[in-house]
Order: sequence, then structure tokens, then C-alpha cells
Amino acid sequence: MKIVVCIKQVPDTVDVKIDPKTGNLIREGLPVIINPDDKVGIEAALSIKEQIGGTVTVISMGPPQADVALREALAMGCDEAILVSGREFGGSDTYATSGILAAAIKKFGHFDLLITGRQAIDGDTAQVGPQLGEKLHIPQVSYVEEIKEVAEDHLIVKRQFEDGYHIIKIKTPCLLTAIGELAKPRYMTVDGVMDAYDKEVKIYGFDDLKDDLELDMIGTKGSPTNVYQSFPKQLKAPGTVLKDMTDDEYVNAIMTKLEEKHVI
Amino acid sequence: MEGFKLSKRQELAKELFHSFAENEIRDIARDMDETEEYSMELVKKMQKCHFFGIPYAKEYGGAGADVLTYTLAMEELSKVDASTGITLSVHTSLCCSCINEYGTEEQKQKYLRPLVDGSKIGCFALTEPNAGTDASGVQKQAVKEGDHYILNGTSIFTTNSGFADTFIVFALTDKSKGPKGMSAFIVDRTMPGVSVGSNIPRMGIRAASNCEVAYEDVILPADRLLGQENKGYKIAMGALAGGRIGIGAQSVGIAQGALNEAIKYVKERKQFGKAISKFQNTQFKIAEMQTKIDAARLMVWRAADAKDNHEKYAPLAAMCKLFASDVACDVTRTCVQLFGGYGYSREYPVERMMRDAKITEIYEGTSEAMKMVIGGSMRL
Repeated sequence: MKIVVCIKQVPDTVDVKIDPKTGNLIREGLPVIINPDDKVGIEAALSIKEQIGGTVTVISMGPPQADVALREALAMGCDEAILVSGREFGGSDTYATSGILAAAIKKFGHFDLLITGRQAIDGDTAQVGPQLGEKLHIPQVSYVEEIKEVAEDHLIVKRQFEDGYHIIKIKTPCLLTAIGELAKPRYMTVDGVMDAYDKEVKIYGFDDLKDDLELDMIGTKGSPTNVYQSFPKQLKAPGTVLKDMTDDEYVNAIMTKLEEKHVI
Repeated sequence: MEGFKLSKRQELAKELFHSFAENEIRDIARDMDETEEYSMELVKKMQKCHFFGIPYAKEYGGAGADVLTYTLAMEELSKVDASTGITLSVHTSLCCSCINEYGTEEQKQKYLRPLVDGSKIGCFALTEPNAGTDASGVQKQAVKEGDHYILNGTSIFTTNSGFADTFIVFALTDKSKGPKGMSAFIVDRTMPGVSVGSNIPRMGIRAASNCEVAYEDVILPADRLLGQENKGYKIAMGALAGGRIGIGAQSVGIAQGALNEAIKYVKERKQFGKAISKFQNTQFKIAEMQTKIDAARLMVWRAADAKDNHEKYAPLAAMCKLFASDVACDVTRTCVQLFGGYGYSREYPVERMMRDAKITEIYEGTSEAMKMVIGGSMRL
């Protein structure tokens, strides 16, 4: 099975700081990592390869520094890596990004399974995966928490849902977006690290993809959305849990609180 | 290395060792120290990531990395748990190196491969109750009878012996010649006559396995002889010379690990109305410690780089161990002081690090022995 995994290099946002003046993330000094959901996608791909054979290719769009994320994926056991990189791509939102990735995957050629993470921890949009599926005109299942069966022509997967789950059979070629429950990513191995730098990371620039891309489809020009403001999450005081009351008492207790806070 | 910087490959390997130590070892290090038992599950996880074959050639199942990369593993793992450091070090620098340097092609395929591909664990049995720095006191004997040797004797402080599969044992094949009559043998734990005693209670690196091993009429086929007969002393000294680079790196790891804990603590701990990190005494102590650790690390890297480039490294290895082990003891003691009473409590890891640091001045050659090696190389 020919598997492609899309990964993104993101700042490790455990201790994120926002510039109060510009509202942008302060990236200097922040360690960068492979986006956690994407790493889960790598693990899922590698275990499918171990089960039924095949190849795993990782693709990342980003600046030249994203090379190290691809080397890490190679050191985990991926077979080949492609970096989609160019000045023209800078400033792309999710819509433009999925268009660029779709063009890159078309250039790559035939695949059976495309995996992305559900969402990246820096943007939290969860949009690129599903958009990519649409642009490539392939079926997709998002929020995959388990791959129950895998064969060359189909997969049976379990999709997490708000109030339960769905078991879905899907024909290949298809796209899955991975969530944390799907797999625990393996570590790199030392020999994997040694080999990772002997392999070639292919670079796709704008010129390589221009059959499928126009300059006004990408970058800030091709991005219908703009980030208006970013701010760190504020920690709120823990809520109060009401217990062991009658329905009327619950209503009264809530109304009293709302009045105390001058909400009503 | 490129100048004083790590190569990209070395940086990525360091990231692997770091994340592994943080995610797999940090949470269990204290328990392993308290129970004085090393986690076999952890050994398996490290084997899976190929930690036990770092500086050995791929043709024998190793990871094909350099000695410098191995020192990065030693430092990163020892930052969190020095017992893990020594477990890796004895296997890699002492056991595997002897076979790698002196084994025949057949011996390498048969005995080195399982050690470096992650199937087996090794140890090194030189020290005896009456033979420490003075290795001429070795009394273990291997008497040749026909096409085999009969091994008898005892080794002590044999790190990893509690669970190791392969033992490099040094024994006299010609008693009249003293150290010049010593030979090295590859011994299996499962051979009849090999018996491993219980763990020796210790001050530090308590999670590591360290037992007395008795050899009673162990029959060793001739192909178990490593190198030439009566050349074992040279093999042992060569392995120890290389091992010192690893112990230097372990010392740097212990020191940096303790300092990192102290830096976190002094920023949180408030006395006299402010974080104690705001006091100049604290800042000066931390500045001094980081400077010493950096100096020790550069010495370790210099020795590793020399070994990688097949240059004369023994005095450089002795210097890095002498200096780094002193830094480890000094820094951990100062870190406990910065923590005050909490540093002395077993709630925080710095007391463990202070106990662990002491052994770095003793094993694989005491600091005094290091001075003998360094002085000896200076044509005084």
C-alpha cells in the first residue's frame, strides 16, 4: 500500500507567548516539533506498512527549517520525504495551503491512503485535512480513532463522534485525519537517525507545481481568511458542580448565581 | 562535530535521547532508586530504539553512529538517571568494545551482533575483592586443558551482572606472569558453573545491577578466548580508556541534570519576599556551575572526537573523566545546598544525583588513577 502522510512543523506550544503589541506568536527560542496529531498519522502509516507492506512518504509544507521534521519522520521509519517550500507559499491560509498540498500530492503521483493529523496545535483549525480530501476528489473520514481493517482496496475505520462513534468502510484511495487515540507514536531509532541524513529530501517549489497552481491561488493573495487577533487562553476559575437537588432547586440555584453576577 | 557545534545528525540523535529520557525514564527514576531494581521493560524499550549499539558498525548490527553521538546518549540519559547511564556504558564501552576491537570476524558475528542489535546485554568482569586499581591482584584463573579452558574465581562490582547475558571475564592463563599472564574470555551467563550473587547495597546508582559473580569450573571452548592468550591486560586497559569518555559524559549529564532542577527550583522558591533566583549569591553559583559543566562537556567532546578520528585519546579521556567527575560531585553538592532542606529530602531528585555523582570519581579508574594516566603521558 502506498501511503502519504502530511505533517506540519509547529512551535511546541506548551509554554506559548504572544507579543502583546502585534498579537503574533513569539517564535524565537521556541522549540519546534512535529505536530502531535500528525505524528500519530506517521505511526498509523508505519504500522499499516508493517502489517501489509508498502511505502510511507511524508510531505510537509513549510520553510527550509522544516527539513528537520521530515528527517525525524525518516528516522522513525518513513521511506521518503518531500518538502514543499517556496517564498510564493508564504502567508497561505488553510484554503491556499490545501490547494498547494493537493498540487504536491498530484505531482507525487499514485497513492492508496493519505493521512493527515486532525489539526495542528498552532492554528487549531482542523481544516487542511478535509479540504485536501475535497480538492483531490477522494472520500475521507476525519477524527479516526482506530483502524479496524486494512486491505489494498478498502479500510474499515472507527470515527470518533460527539455522542458515540461510527464504523465506516471506505474505498481507497482515501483520506483519513488522525486523532491522538489512534496510535502512540514510536521513537526514532539511532540507526534511523543515521540513515535519515543519508536520504534525500525532495523539494517541490512553485515552479514544480505550477501546472496545478496560479500565483493568485496561493500565499496571502490566495487566502480568503486573515488572522485578526491571537491571544493566549486565559485560565478561568473552576466551575461549581450542583448536586443532589430537585429540578426546581437547580433552577433556583442557577438563577441566583446569574443574578449575583449581574448577568440577568 | 563542526567546530564546537554538533552536526545536524548529532542534534537529531540528541533530541531522541532527550525525549526518551524525559518520557520513559523521568517518572520511574526515583522508584528504581528506592527499590534498587532496574526496569527490564526500560531495557527492552532502549534496545528497540537501538541504544545498545550506538557506536558500532551496521555490518555487525550496530547503529553506525560515532563515539560523540554515544556521549550525547550518556549525557541525556544521565541527566535524568545516572543508573541508566552506567547500564548503557558498561554494555557499550566495556563489553562490546572488547569484542569489537579484539574479536575475530567469527566472534564478532556470533557474540557482538546480538549485543549491539538489541537482543542481549553485556558486562565486564575484571575487578575482584583484592584487585581494584591494582589489576595485578587478579586471581581468577583459566587453565588450559586440551581444546578448552577451565575458569575459576570471583569478580565483584560487576555492573549489569544481575541480568547480563554475556560477560567479558579476565583471568590468568599464566599465573607466574601476573598481569602479563592475563587473558580475556567471552562467557555466557547460562554456562554451567557461572553463578551471580545478589545485588551489592550501594550509596548511589542504586538502580543499576551490581553483583558478585562466581565462576566454578566453567568450561570455556577455545573460541571463547578473546585476542591472544596472555594479552588480556592490554584489552582491559584499552576498554577502560575508552569507557572513561562515557563516564565523563555521564558526569556531565548528572551535573547538568541537577543544575536544571536547581534552576527550576530557585525561580519558584520565595524567601525574604522574592524568588531566590533574584539573589546575587544564587546567580553567581549558577553561573559558576554552568561554566564548569560547559568546560567538562567540551573536554568530553574533545576526547570523543579524538577517538572518532583514530587519534591518541587515552590521556584526553582520562582528563575529561577526572575533570567532569569532580564537576559532577561539586555541582550536585551545591545544587542540594540551593534547595536547602528540600534538597536533602527524597522528594526532590537532587539528593539522588549527589549520591550518584560520587561513583564517577571511583569507577573505571579512580581520579588518582586518572592522574597516573595523564602524568604518565607527559614524559615527566
